Amino acid sequence: MATNMTGSSQAQGGIGTAAAPATTHDDHLHEHDHHDQHWLWKYVFSQDHKMIARQFLITGMFWAIVGGALSSLFRLQLGWPQATLGWLEPILGKWVVGGKIAPEFYLALVTMHGTIMVFFVLTAGLSGTFSNFLIPLQVGARDMASGFMNMLSYWFFFLSSIIMFSSLFLETGPAASGWTIYPPLSALPQAIPGSGMGMTMWLVSMVFFIVSQLLGGVNYVTTVINLRTRGMSMSKLPLTIWAFFLTAILGILSFPVLFSAALLLVFDRSFGTSFFLSDIYIAGQALPNQGGSPVLFQHLFWFLGHPEVYIVIMPAMGMVSEVLATNARKPIFGYRAMIGSLIGISLLSFVVWAHHMFVTGMNPFLGSVFMFLTLIIAVPSGVKVFNWLATLWRGNIRFTSAMLFAIGFVSLFISGGLTGIILGNATLDIQMHNTYFVVAHFHLVMGSSAFFGLFAGVYHWFPKMFGRMMDEKLGYIHFWLTFAGVYLVFMPMHYVGIAGFPRRYYAWTGFDAFSQFADLNKFISTAAILAFFAQFVFIFNFFYSIFRGRRATQNPWNSTTLEWTTPIIPGHGNWPGEIPAVYRWPYDYSKPGSDKDFIPQTVPYSATPESNLPYEQELSE
Amino acid sequence: MMDATQELPEKEVGLGWHPYRVLLILMIFSFFMVFAGWTSGYIVRRDEGNWREFDLPNIFILSTVLVTLSSATIQWAYYSAKKDELRRVQVGLVLTLLLGLGFLASQWAAWTYLVHQTNTYFGGADANPSGSFLYVLTGWHAFHIISGLIFVGVVLKRSLNYQVHSRAMLSIGNGAIYWHFLGLLWWYLYLFLLLNH
Repeated sequence: MATNMTGSSQAQGGIGTAAAPATTHDDHLHEHDHHDQHWLWKYVFSQDHKMIARQFLITGMFWAIVGGALSSLFRLQLGWPQATLGWLEPILGKWVVGGKIAPEFYLALVTMHGTIMVFFVLTAGLSGTFSNFLIPLQVGARDMASGFMNMLSYWFFFLSSIIMFSSLFLETGPAASGWTIYPPLSALPQAIPGSGMGMTMWLVSMVFFIVSQLLGGVNYVTTVINLRTRGMSMSKLPLTIWAFFLTAILGILSFPVLFSAALLLVFDRSFGTSFFLSDIYIAGQALPNQGGSPVLFQHLFWFLGHPEVYIVIMPAMGMVSEVLATNARKPIFGYRAMIGSLIGISLLSFVVWAHHMFVTGMNPFLGSVFMFLTLIIAVPSGVKVFNWLATLWRGNIRFTSAMLFAIGFVSLFISGGLTGIILGNATLDIQMHNTYFVVAHFHLVMGSSAFFGLFAGVYHWFPKMFGRMMDEKLGYIHFWLTFAGVYLVFMPMHYVGIAGFPRRYYAWTGFDAFSQFADLNKFISTAAILAFFAQFVFIFNFFYSIFRGRRATQNPWNSTTLEWTTPIIPGHGNWPGEIPAVYRWPYDYSKPGSDKDFIPQTVPYSATPESNLPYEQELSE
Repeated sequence: MMDATQELPEKEVGLGWHPYRVLLILMIFSFFMVFAGWTSGYIVRRDEGNWREFDLPNIFILSTVLVTLSSATIQWAYYSAKKDELRRVQVGLVLTLLLGLGFLASQWAAWTYLVHQTNTYFGGADANPSGSFLYVLTGWHAFHIISGLIFVGVVLKRSLNYQVHSRAMLSIGNGAIYWHFLGLLWWYLYLFLLLNH
């Protein structure tokens, strides 16, 4: 066993010129082969990528419930500004004053909702789960390049989660200056209660979060580059892997910049520097800080912030491509165009950040440049959408829960993407800036879409994760409630936004102009809270199926990729024997001439003379 | 008909580099991005005016010399390891450590000079972002140098245990790459500050 693994691991690592053999990795594999491991090392401080993936998933689900609950609270306030919410007092304590949610707490709610959803759920929970789970399984590797760093990546995330979660219970409340934490509001504890201890904990938590992302990201990239099995060239990778690979590269390049901004903010808050502060009077007193530039923070923040939205959406895109092709029983349309568009989106994501800052008084010429670059993103996004639709076209579609969510993803991505073209135009954005139109746009195109990708991924790879199937009927109920809920929440929000409702306002009751939309806000709130409760169908289905679900077969979706060649519940090292070699691309579905409707990547062309194309026939001889 | 174990061209797989080397190079990219963020922020901020000018202390030249020499010594240690000259490996690594410590001392002297002779402060009412930026850039670099010293120290320990030689070049190779990166990073920062202060 051990010698077998050493042989194949060297082959897959392709270690030719490096002088030192990868002995440490193999020793460690060997050592973990014993099944009498202490549970603490098996389930808690595990270095196995599959266990780490499950840890990320369950932590992410916990965070999603917290984030969703916070949004239900502030939707209560927005929908029924006059209502007495005394019944919340046992949960929220002094944040409910005389039956009203305290305005400072409202700000904290929207801030924490954004932070939790963007970073803890859709970054760590999404790519943390699926990059960890699928990269080694789909490229044909025993584990990640460094299992130890991978474990650290989870535990830094855990530490960061603990700090962020504790900040919810501070007397002065958690951070409250928006998830973008713009200074000077976030820099001055005198400004709002949330800029005190809550902000400090936010920053500390994010530093650990960034460390976690970097440890994870370098591992993902290295594994894809170095540990592919024999025959798995970059042009035979499933699109999931391409998406995770590029996502990790974006993270490696952009999270450090958030770190640089956060560190300067820490210095401004606690060490008396003035990077972002200048000429500030607060409560009638002049602050000593001179010479800082708050716009500088926005540049640094959005240099991360924009790639971050692609870090959120690209893993979902990859998984949706995979799920659509598998369940349409057709090759993905335009495989190379899909890779090309992912690369295009990745490159463009670094040169569009200032479209978040059109109203900061930037040079209009510069604004036009960023506008132009921003609108170009519609091209690769359009390529992807048309390819997904063309994949579905005349497919032999199997409506599994995962497939429904994948189709839902495409729908939401189109609906939200179209308004992106509107907001990308500087002139229109100046009108729409900071209204609910923006909120509706990004919740559709990146928030809900990424969630749908996440759900598609969980339903699709659940059998591989837990060896059992999720319940399809509950999956349908979950899908339709969520799909309807999302549209009922965010479609009306566009109207509210066009009418000029600003984001982050506690209540609009003071403005007569907005009173006509009180009903619409009530409607949005109702839909949002119902959609939140619909997620418990999923939570129930998930945990019930782990223990009681129907037992999975080895390849329940008749899929072509490598993870389905492992045992139903893969052990440490993933394949009991040698890692299979790969001979073909991952999308040989319904290949003309073949009597089966899928040909796994591990089948050589020589075994399928009836379906080979001429050049494939040549390869097999 | 080929069987399942047929040979596939090896060049389709991997980079031919050890995974740990790839990990290190990727980490170097992310370390650099922190500085890229700050140096571009520096330029944006400087162009907005209210920017206090001051001269860089000449001690930075000494720092530059020390860090460049230390790159030479670790490269010498690397070549010696390739030729199995184990004694020279250890001498080279110890010299690198000493030069690295010298670099830190020289940086400390430069900061002291800046505070006492040119009244350039990190924070407080008399500070200007021009000075604060300088301390952040050089301070964060010094922090990396400390991590590099630990790295070189680990390689030295391995070398004393006969774990560094011509057939076990991974650790010293990675140590050298990281140390050269720190040297180049200093060159970048120093030239950047010279051109933009």
